[in-house]
Amino acid sequence: MTKISREEVLHIAKLARLDLSEQEVETYSEQLSDILGYVKQLQKVDTNGVQPLTHVYDQVNHLRSDTNRKSLNVKSAVQNAPDTDGTYFKVPQVIKD
Amino acid sequence: MSVSDFLSKVALHKEYNAFIQIDEIDLNKRFENICDGPLKGELVAVKDNICVEGLNLTCASKMLDGFKVPYSATVIQKLEKAGAIIAGKTNLDEFAMGSSNEFSYFGPAFNSVDKSRVAGGSSGGSTVAVGCGLVDYALGSDTGGSVRQPASFNGVVGLKPSYGRVSRYGLVAFASSFDQIGPITKTVEQSAKILGVIAGHDPLDATSMDVPVPDYVANLKRPASEFTIGIPKEYFGEGIQPEVEEAVRKTIINMETAGAKIIEVSLPHTEYGIAVYYIISSAEASSNLARYDGVRYGFRGSDESMDEMFRQTRAKGFGSEVKRRIMLGTYVLSSGYYDSFYGQAQKVRRIIKEDYLNVFKKVDAIITPTTPTTAFKSGEKLTDPMAMYLNDIYTVSANLVGIPAMSLPVGNDKNGLPIGCQIMAPSFKEETIFQLGTLIEGFQK
Repeated sequence: MTKISREEVLHIAKLARLDLSEQEVETYSEQLSDILGYVKQLQKVDTNGVQPLTHVYDQVNHLRSDTNRKSLNVKSAVQNAPDTDGTYFKVPQVIKD
Repeated sequence: MSVSDFLSKVALHKEYNAFIQIDEIDLNKRFENICDGPLKGELVAVKDNICVEGLNLTCASKMLDGFKVPYSATVIQKLEKAGAIIAGKTNLDEFAMGSSNEFSYFGPAFNSVDKSRVAGGSSGGSTVAVGCGLVDYALGSDTGGSVRQPASFNGVVGLKPSYGRVSRYGLVAFASSFDQIGPITKTVEQSAKILGVIAGHDPLDATSMDVPVPDYVANLKRPASEFTIGIPKEYFGEGIQPEVEEAVRKTIINMETAGAKIIEVSLPHTEYGIAVYYIISSAEASSNLARYDGVRYGFRGSDESMDEMFRQTRAKGFGSEVKRRIMLGTYVLSSGYYDSFYGQAQKVRRIIKEDYLNVFKKVDAIITPTTPTTAFKSGEKLTDPMAMYLNDIYTVSANLVGIPAMSLPVGNDKNGLPIGCQIMAPSFKEETIFQLGTLIEGFQK
């Protein structure tokens, strides 16, 4: 079985923007190896000529008419933000002085 | 039931931890403003990943603790218009990821029949609330079995409707090609009644389908002799608890005695269901949960820099199972692995769908067990994710294919734990499921 290395775990965590503790790196390296070892059995299935299924029904897009409708007001939209000036979301400074 | 009756009942069952939030002031207001309709005065508990205006929404996660909901989900608006009273928000596995309800930031919910056992998951709190008789019905959500598995473990009726049957506007997204909201009830008739209220096209959900909603309750009775039922041999394989197999086989014999035509069928790719499900659902989850970044709502883990904020927010805000699935989903979508994992899973998903479509050319419905075993002990599978995932072996296919499926109780094992039987039918044929479910309920009497 392929073991997912510590470097791979850290690479995936970086892509997912997750900081992992040393313990987590170790646990996930083991558990992901286990899970990926199991799901690898799919590679046995002959899928030559099979189209990937992206939606369970063969439907086309439902489009609505392009008209105005009510949406959330600003106060409701920002009420759950960790940091806001009442109109905008506030985030840490992006470009340093 | 009055507000105080309900609250004292909940207090008596506090140790089951079925509810995350009950707001007495809000509840009093709801009792004073009941609409006239088919569900008038009936109490409904709601899984805490569905938006109810006036109540918080947590998804059983630290990430959303204290989130104030600015609007109600379409299903909630429909229930309220039909006269139902929203009782409160129920416990679940964090972001609906889990099969035991042990991955909740607010602690596990416990089985309503045996407190030393898991409630099942992820809609554990909703099924326990119905199982303990705290409410008339509940809503859950089912991505890979999250309504049916806990329904089976608690001896209640749980339905996953067809993909697109019920609007998901106001349901927190986990895996968007699978998620469906479904009713959890004591009886099949109640399930039919609730589905009749919540089903239908919703312009606010682009995946909801514009298919007429039949009068399910008026058409519950149909003789067994009018059905051909398929029994897939792959669903009675290795790992099934003998008492579970026995109870489901007995149900099938009863169905045959009542006049139904029973035929053995084959769904040859069933064994790949779990692998397909965990690849695709984790991939979709890793994408859907990218929105929890500490900017617009919920928890923020750091104010140091943008990148530090993202990483710390997600490190401290998510629990272990959610992180595991984000990691798995990110892996199978990452460069170098996309084709062999995600792409291959999508192709096998189509093969599994074809298996079902072929079988439904010959039969009206398929009957199987809901789970290989009855409710397991708390803690038993907590440190072994693969063992936990394999519990969903009989339920994931319905989500992979988009078809409706129901679990209903068909007896108990020697420890008194409920056994669930699953009925699956072609998409938008929930009517067939309710009719067969009504027949099966009749056999139990």
